[in-house]
Amino acid sequence: MSYQAQLRVWRGDDGSGGLQDFTVEANEGEVVLDLIHRLQATQTPDLAVRWNCKAGKCGSCSAEVNGRPRLLCMTRMSIFDEDEVITVTPMRTFPVIRDLVNDVSYNYTKAREIPAFTPPADLKPGDYRMQQVDVERSQEFRKCIECFLCQDTCHVIRDHEENKESFAGPRFLMRIAELEMHPLDVADRREAAQSEHGLGYCNITKCCSEVCPENIHITDNALIPMKERVADRRYDPIVWLGNKLFKRDKN
Amino acid sequence: MTEVERHSYDVVVIGAGGAGLRAVIEARQRGLSVAVVCKSLFGKAHTVMAEGGCAASMGNANSNDNWQVHFRDTMRGGKFLNNWRMAELHAKEAPDRVWELETYGALFDRTKDGRISQRNFGGHTYPRLAHVGDRTGLELIRTMQQKIVSLQQEDFKQYGDYEAKLKVFGECTITELLKEGSGEQGRIAGAFGYWRESGRFILFDTPAVVLATGGIGKSFQVTSNSWEYTGDGHALALRAGADLINMEFVQFHPTGMVWPPSVKGILVTEGVRGDGGVLKNSQGERFMFRYIPDVFKGQYADSEEEADRWYDDADNNRRTPDLLPRDEVARAINAEVKAGRGSPHGGVFLDIASRLPAEEIKKRLPSMYHQFKELADVDITREPMEVGPTCHYVMGGIEVDPDTGSSSVPGLFAAGECSGGMHGSNRLGGNSLSDLLVFGRRAGLGASSYVESLGQRPKVTDTTVDAAAKTAVASFDPPPEGTTPENPYTLHMELQQSMNDLVGIIRKADEIEEALDKLADIRRRIAGVTVEGHRQYNPGWHLALDLRNMLLVSECVARAALRRTESRGGHTRDDHPQMDAKWRNTLLVCRTAGDGPVPDVEVVAKEQEPMRPDLLEQFEFGELEKYYTSEELTDHPGRTA
Amino acid sequence: MNRPARSVASPADTGVPARSRARITARTLRTDRWWLPPLLTTLGLAAFVIYATVRSFMREGYWAAEHHYLTPFYSPCLSDSCVPGSSHLGTPVGELPGFIPLAFLSLPFLLLFRLTCYYYRKAYYRSIWMSPPACAVGEPHSKYTGETRLPLIVQNSHRYFFYAAVLIAVINSYDAILAFGGENGFGIGLGNVVLLVNVVLLWGYTLSCHSCRHVTGGRLKHFSKNPVRYWIWTQVTRLNVRHMQLAWITLATLALTDLYVWLVASGTIVDPRFFN
Repeated sequence: MSYQAQLRVWRGDDGSGGLQDFTVEANEGEVVLDLIHRLQATQTPDLAVRWNCKAGKCGSCSAEVNGRPRLLCMTRMSIFDEDEVITVTPMRTFPVIRDLVNDVSYNYTKAREIPAFTPPADLKPGDYRMQQVDVERSQEFRKCIECFLCQDTCHVIRDHEENKESFAGPRFLMRIAELEMHPLDVADRREAAQSEHGLGYCNITKCCSEVCPENIHITDNALIPMKERVADRRYDPIVWLGNKLFKRDKN
Repeated sequence: MTEVERHSYDVVVIGAGGAGLRAVIEARQRGLSVAVVCKSLFGKAHTVMAEGGCAASMGNANSNDNWQVHFRDTMRGGKFLNNWRMAELHAKEAPDRVWELETYGALFDRTKDGRISQRNFGGHTYPRLAHVGDRTGLELIRTMQQKIVSLQQEDFKQYGDYEAKLKVFGECTITELLKEGSGEQGRIAGAFGYWRESGRFILFDTPAVVLATGGIGKSFQVTSNSWEYTGDGHALALRAGADLINMEFVQFHPTGMVWPPSVKGILVTEGVRGDGGVLKNSQGERFMFRYIPDVFKGQYADSEEEADRWYDDADNNRRTPDLLPRDEVARAINAEVKAGRGSPHGGVFLDIASRLPAEEIKKRLPSMYHQFKELADVDITREPMEVGPTCHYVMGGIEVDPDTGSSSVPGLFAAGECSGGMHGSNRLGGNSLSDLLVFGRRAGLGASSYVESLGQRPKVTDTTVDAAAKTAVASFDPPPEGTTPENPYTLHMELQQSMNDLVGIIRKADEIEEALDKLADIRRRIAGVTVEGHRQYNPGWHLALDLRNMLLVSECVARAALRRTESRGGHTRDDHPQMDAKWRNTLLVCRTAGDGPVPDVEVVAKEQEPMRPDLLEQFEFGELEKYYTSEELTDHPGRTA
Repeated sequence: MNRPARSVASPADTGVPARSRARITARTLRTDRWWLPPLLTTLGLAAFVIYATVRSFMREGYWAAEHHYLTPFYSPCLSDSCVPGSSHLGTPVGELPGFIPLAFLSLPFLLLFRLTCYYYRKAYYRSIWMSPPACAVGEPHSKYTGETRLPLIVQNSHRYFFYAAVLIAVINSYDAILAFGGENGFGIGLGNVVLLVNVVLLWGYTLSCHSCRHVTGGRLKHFSKNPVRYWIWTQVTRLNVRHMQLAWITLATLALTDLYVWLVASGTIVDPRFFN
């Protein structure tokens, strides 16, 4: 069963741009990315779109469909009515390069600011022993395909460009949680999570969890536990008093 | 001279998949400055698609496992055509490479005693695949990506700049390797390419290039590979004067999705079968029992009861033929579909729903559950999947020295899927990820040693840069007089169709010849490819450039396939259905015969070096007899006559 | 600290100068009724707040003397202003002026427990404060600092209100048990069922709290070394998944329980008795 679908695609670059209407053939079982590719092959050979695996595993084809952050390869046409106009735009939180392609370097910059995994100094390769129950929490976060949709939807930076400097975003706050819960990581990441990576900006409105194509419970399993761990460290009066008395607070 | 952004590095790694990143880590740890160039964003490489696991004989699940068993399995899987030295290094070093990943922060699934859990896979005698659910490739990429970040953090501490010694050039395509001198004396001097998003040129002055560009699957219509897999490394090496070997061996993974059309070819992990899933035809028959080839008779269960017992008691039962090497399973599925016993959409059924409780399926195969649910609206805990063969991997690639990863061109190294030899005629599942780690590291080391041994560094000349620039933008010009303008998308589709239909899973001489005619036609028309728009992020232009590479490697595949008149591993000739021991030791070498962006290629035969006696003696005489000619085994101690 | 000197949208990786976002002026391109959930949340919260405020200051119909039903809105009742019988924990406090609710000890803590609750925070940030009103819908504020400074930094004290809420839940449970003994001795009526269901759900809400999940086991690095706490954590986690539902359900049951006690105490309805 095929029909003519109505697509409204944002085209342009960082200077200017706008929505353009197209009519494209859609077939049974197709996803929005298929239609974008058909557009490329038949009407607009230079329409820019970023994609790789087309199976929801690489996280390249992030964009916004009808205003919602989504992977184009995992957005099935069957969720729309046949006469519905489907609007496809680049992610709005990041600068645009051209058409549907964003400059996502913000994320790579933030990734570099998170201190790396720190194993015990004397542990040799091959001697790592970890229990399954202890690795499962971090394993959930490592399912992340780095599509950056959570970063895109997060209002902290989506609506406030100025916060980008001091806010790592859900993806990388989750990375901190992942290391914090890694059974063999010996670094204490709580202080920095709050003071340098902007955990406090998060107001747990859960949009990151809603858009996650891997269904990672970013808010419940990473951000809130991280906030609680920070509270252990910073907002627990007993710990606070101890630090004041013994001048352990060196940061 | 052409306007070009210029960088200088000790080593430039092309490709940021598993092999590339491992090479980067090694070269940087040796103190060299390294650039890694990749066509997509950092961390999106095709390695993320690997699901099942990483084979390494750590012996965590079965203590009988060791490198010798792994070595034997690998040689068997490759039908003894493998480069035995690579297979040996691979089997010996894989465990260390996996353990090393843990020190970078990898979190594999665990055994009860806290070690790395290992799972069963096709062709492996023991549970051997270190895994993380069914997203092992993602774990590898992310782990090494994060290791690279940590190396950059160390550089930041020392030099005040994250990118002082190690820089990622994402969304950047290399179109040409530049050499100093030509012919036998020529050596690598640099690499030329362009930024995908701006179209601006970039030049690396470097004495050593490591190719880690992956495979060639985009030359086929039904493939599990992404757009990046256009054989760039293969083609760059060919044009630089290196040899490709074993190009006729293309692995068709037996289980790709067949429906809906838009996801046709996407991989369904072998882990489904490793965890108990079975293949059935439309009559509900577990047909694999009828397809156990002679060389594997005795090693696989011949009844459903024994096969089912094997999952729980592997020591006293033989494994299910659902887990035969991939080439065997792919052929069997093909035969069932041809015989009219296929599923509605032209595949067969893969059933895990009736074999495991729903919760267990979701736990063990989360991304498969997710993939079918989201893409095909199929709940694999309730209904069987429909699967069929899909082009998955090319065993052939750049011929390299096993120990250093060096090609025949000084300064040119290769690792991973774009190198050849390791897997012989057929790769075992799980051996790819371990291959990336073992030979990625070795190529990194090889390149470092080469750079350290250099007296004077080779220099890039302006004329070669100008020529590379001119070639790169040729498609923006109107086509030459007398040539019809061609759309790159159309040509690409025609190429894929020909390769898929005529040089696919089952091949015949006349069909291959037809394919070669078609390729010759495309070769003529490729000069007329013209693209619209400007150079900024222009997918039409990118495809036009990649198309040349696909054409080159397709010709290598077709020519070698025509030449090899036997069936072995990933090469099945309908007109020569038997494996022929006389072919076992013959490698078909593909090399260029001419210049230009799409030079002519030719295929010549050469003999492989015989296996070292101590390795040969790892095998029973009776088994070797099935593969070797009698003369080759004169000195084997198992010989009784 | 190792903050890089370069700006965030670093051009160095891309080979192209820093750029701006796509010029799209619409606040959102969402086509669904994204404004509906925040609206419903606002209405739901407002309804409860109004009802609870009125009832807390009413000082009427909170004690059904015959069956010893005490509404949770007046528990514990510790002052001389409480009607006889309702203050079963004694009356250490004298008469209270009318502007202080009789449950002055519990109400502030319950209010703060819910105010700092991770679910309610989401609910009122999204609805009342519209920060953001819905995902991928622009918020109306020009500046945003989240929970990094006063007053919202106080949200980090949630766990202390959780501890208080546990104590109050104990008191509510005690009330519900005492209600089985009315003026005529042991008996069971519909009111007992109402009080019991309410208190069970209150426990559900209280124990499904994210702070509870953290304190019981979440803060551990190695579950394998603490099997008992791990088991508790898994149970709390199962409840925690339903924290939002429990938050709303308990708002409703609190109001309904109070309403029921009010109706019985005022003699509007007669409590159906199952036993005695």
